[in-house]
Amino acid sequence: MTETNMHDYVTVFISDQLFGIPVLEVHDVLRGLNLTKIPLAPPEVAGALNLRGRIVTAIDVRKRLGLPEREEDENSMSIVVEHQGEPYSLLIDSVGEVLSLDLNELQPTPVTLNSCWKEISGGVYRLENKLLVLMQIEQLLNFADSSTIAA
Amino acid sequence: MDDLLSEFLTETNENIGIVDASIVVLEQDPSDESQIDNIFRLVHTIKGTCGFLGLPRLEAVAHAGENVLGKIRDKELTVTADVVTLILEAMDAIKDILATIEETEEEPAGNDADLIARLNDVAFGEAPKEAAPEPEQEELPAGKVSEAELEAAFQAAEGPDEDLAEEELRPGEVSEAELEAAFQAAEGPDEIVESLELQQEEAPLEEKKPAAEKTTKESNIANQSIRVNVQMLENLMTMVSELVLTRNQLLQMVRGMDDNEFTVPLQRLSHVTTELQEGLMKTRMQPIGNAWSKLPRIVRDLSHELGKKIDLVMHGAETELDRQVLELIKDPLTHMVRNSADHGLEVPEDRKAAGKQQTGKIVLEAFHEGGHIIIKITDDGRGLNSEKIKQKVIENGLASEAELEGMSKQQIQNFIMRAGFSTAEKVTNVSGRGVGMDVVRSNIEKIGGTIALTSEEGKGSTFTIKIPLTLAIVSALIVECCGERFAVPQTSVVELVRASTNNTSDHTIEMINGSPVLRLRDHLLPLVHLNEIMRLETAADEVADKSEVKGSEEFIIVIQVASYVFGIVVDRVFDTEEIVVKPIAPILKNLSIFSGNTILGDGSVIMILDPNGIAAMSGDAVVNTDGASKEETKQAQVQDEKIALLVFRAGGKDPKAVPLSLVARLEEIDVGTIEEANGRKVVQYRGQLMPLTTIEDNIEIREEGRQPVLVFSDQDRTMGLLVEEIVDIVEDHLDVEMLSERDGYVGSAVIREKATDIIDVGYCLSKCFGSWFGDTETRPFGHNGEKQKVLLVDDSPFFRNMLVPLLKTAGYDVSTAENGAEALKKRDIGETFDIIVSDIEMPEMDGFTFAEEIKGDDRWNETPIVALSSHTTPGDFDRGRAVGFSDYIAKFDRDSLMSALSQTLKESGSAK
Repeated sequence: MTETNMHDYVTVFISDQLFGIPVLEVHDVLRGLNLTKIPLAPPEVAGALNLRGRIVTAIDVRKRLGLPEREEDENSMSIVVEHQGEPYSLLIDSVGEVLSLDLNELQPTPVTLNSCWKEISGGVYRLENKLLVLMQIEQLLNFADSSTIAA
Repeated sequence: MDDLLSEFLTETNENIGIVDASIVVLEQDPSDESQIDNIFRLVHTIKGTCGFLGLPRLEAVAHAGENVLGKIRDKELTVTADVVTLILEAMDAIKDILATIEETEEEPAGNDADLIARLNDVAFGEAPKEAAPEPEQEELPAGKVSEAELEAAFQAAEGPDEDLAEEELRPGEVSEAELEAAFQAAEGPDEIVESLELQQEEAPLEEKKPAAEKTTKESNIANQSIRVNVQMLENLMTMVSELVLTRNQLLQMVRGMDDNEFTVPLQRLSHVTTELQEGLMKTRMQPIGNAWSKLPRIVRDLSHELGKKIDLVMHGAETELDRQVLELIKDPLTHMVRNSADHGLEVPEDRKAAGKQQTGKIVLEAFHEGGHIIIKITDDGRGLNSEKIKQKVIENGLASEAELEGMSKQQIQNFIMRAGFSTAEKVTNVSGRGVGMDVVRSNIEKIGGTIALTSEEGKGSTFTIKIPLTLAIVSALIVECCGERFAVPQTSVVELVRASTNNTSDHTIEMINGSPVLRLRDHLLPLVHLNEIMRLETAADEVADKSEVKGSEEFIIVIQVASYVFGIVVDRVFDTEEIVVKPIAPILKNLSIFSGNTILGDGSVIMILDPNGIAAMSGDAVVNTDGASKEETKQAQVQDEKIALLVFRAGGKDPKAVPLSLVARLEEIDVGTIEEANGRKVVQYRGQLMPLTTIEDNIEIREEGRQPVLVFSDQDRTMGLLVEEIVDIVEDHLDVEMLSERDGYVGSAVIREKATDIIDVGYCLSKCFGSWFGDTETRPFGHNGEKQKVLLVDDSPFFRNMLVPLLKTAGYDVSTAENGAEALKKRDIGETFDIIVSDIEMPEMDGFTFAEEIKGDDRWNETPIVALSSHTTPGDFDRGRAVGFSDYIAKFDRDSLMSALSQTLKESGSAK
């Protein structure tokens, strides 16, 4: 096992599913958001928020993944990532820890997953008691096409 | 140093750097067309600018280089290592000359005949080297003198280089031989250069030497200003915004407390922050005048060079633009002004011949409109010649003849903005190598702007550049709708109106088939609900909630987009705030109703509404700026022209109808108030006596109670038409199928599947007023009571029948024609008219073409034409004016028609 294959991931929970986001892509972790709704925007876009003077577009990951909406009272958190120079904030349920995982242990995405999950998944890690889905930010934010098909 | 010059130096040095790099890329991949286009443009720019600054030597080199590049672009020359070497050599020569200019502010003496000759050899394929210098000498007078002498003079280390300081000459003298060897080694084998020419090369070489030394010195210009990456300013801006927010929070905290130790430092912090913010803003914003400042000189030089008299007028130089945007439009603007001067304006003799003032005019305008910055460049020159453009388009293979047939004039004119197009027959120094408008367009589109052009042959052209306000700072009105806040750019807000839906305030929102409208003074204002546009409050319970609350009070923001005015209904209106517009995220780019977003003082994000987008969404074709699609919709409207008709009964069971637009009011009068005067029925109405009439004598007038009356109004006269019953208002196609023989009727039409008589309002009016008409101001302007001859061109028999009596009563001699072609037949048989009234939408030949025909022929070109249309959009209006209509009137607006007729006649009469 070589050092170069170790990658760090921030783990997040969305609807009890564990996801991993490459730690280098994470710019910020936010709590308690003050979102401005954007009418007429795609449903996955939850709104916009002000992050230290930058306008960040918030993405509702649950909607993106076709999961049911979250209960109102749950404490919302989000992870800020950057894609093509634009900041996006991914609304998630909670943030776990940072794990260092070996790329060699990454399993391919099961083909039986539903199409939008398959799209965003970069593979699956078998952790001791849970499965971790590797989240591909680029695919996650590339929902313009899929949403129009859905609509 | 001259601002102009220093700017030129900075810019050209940069450009040459780009050319250097690009040309190497090109050499590796000669098929890369964008690369060669780019290089060609840059060199073209250098050449052009040199010309204005009076740098002939630089210009000559650049020009020759451009020739070669032009050939490469046109694929007449393949890119080989030799060609590239030669071009790089030319770039080096330019660089050296630039360095000298920077030091001395003057072009170094000497010439580059050899280099130019070689460049031209390559460009024009003059393979025999002996022959090449011959024509060259004629082209470049300097070459003639120097070629032989130079060589001799050179040996003596004197001659043409005398102007240079002596000490600068000396190193050249010493190293002559070495230099030559070094040069050859450095530049590689110059295969193109034959031994004969090698000797000539000594001349440029000599100059190069001292110049090369100078380049090693620090560039002075670079120290005078710093070019800062805009991204850096952006970051600073972000940080300052953050600082402002933090300050605001602090202020909020301290406000609650009494005097304490924080108050004073905090105040100071507050001041500094504000100043910092303002200062930063200023670094980004510049008045557009900065980009214009060099234009007067360019125009002046141009006018000398071209032998034209040019007057440059500039309006709105203070309009502020984001620096980045400004930089990007600077070159396009210069190009366009240059184009206007070169292609647009005629030489004084031609202008005189065309009956224009000798001095041509170029007008530059800049202003904010509807959240955009509009820049207009207008010239009163010869305009665009569609035929020439067509020819050129076919020549250059941009479109086929068949394709062109189907295109509108506008579309054809737009070809001038395609790459590889130039209308000037000869390639001048100033412009006309096919760069220009396509560069302009691509530059403007790069920043999300649009460019439109309107041109009238013989009258001039107008280019309108529209740049979105992205990055600009605007004052915005903050409004609320369904709990969400939005910003509306203040520039497009005309006024604010408070209205209610239940009669509690002066303004009430009324509904027409579910569409809300508002009576605003003498206008009917279409309204849109912001929540409906935004599809807010989708949850059913919220709707129920709102419907109770709603209705009490609403705010209407009256918005103007171009000339289309409409109202946006919102729940609340807050304050205005200065905002920095930030572009919205790329994934939301297709939302046309937002022009951007921003962060408010309280730190919340807010979306900025784009009035243009909302106008477009509210489904009004008026804001459709695309000429082509407007044509189409207009075509559709012609076939589907519905008219609102008032259907009533009067005398007999058959329904009668009158176009609603002719009816001023509907009244019900108490029959008891009807009096008799002068043998006629009259009623006191609004402080005046209003004569009453009936269509038929057998109409039953009630003994008591109220009788409905249609009130017709003509200027300050009103008359009432007594009817039995007002049945309905219908919108239907009005097709007069049977013309009437009876007085008082135009004819009969099928309305709602029933035969309906259409009454002739003109008849009723004349019945009531008769002889009065003679004395009113609508009396045609004429000489000694002679009747003015009017030609009425309209395809609808109904309108012809309606207007003819009207015009006749008003004292005109009326002839009619069904369409433009028919009207032109009258011209061909030699008839003349004092004025022509023409419909716009007609089969065979529409009004615009008709007007163009008339203005293009000297038989009727003096005759004023008034346009008559049922669809008056601002675009039509402009177009009408442009093709030569003196006035543009809505079809049913008789008052305007009458006054326009007499007014136009008066004007043309006094002009004669």
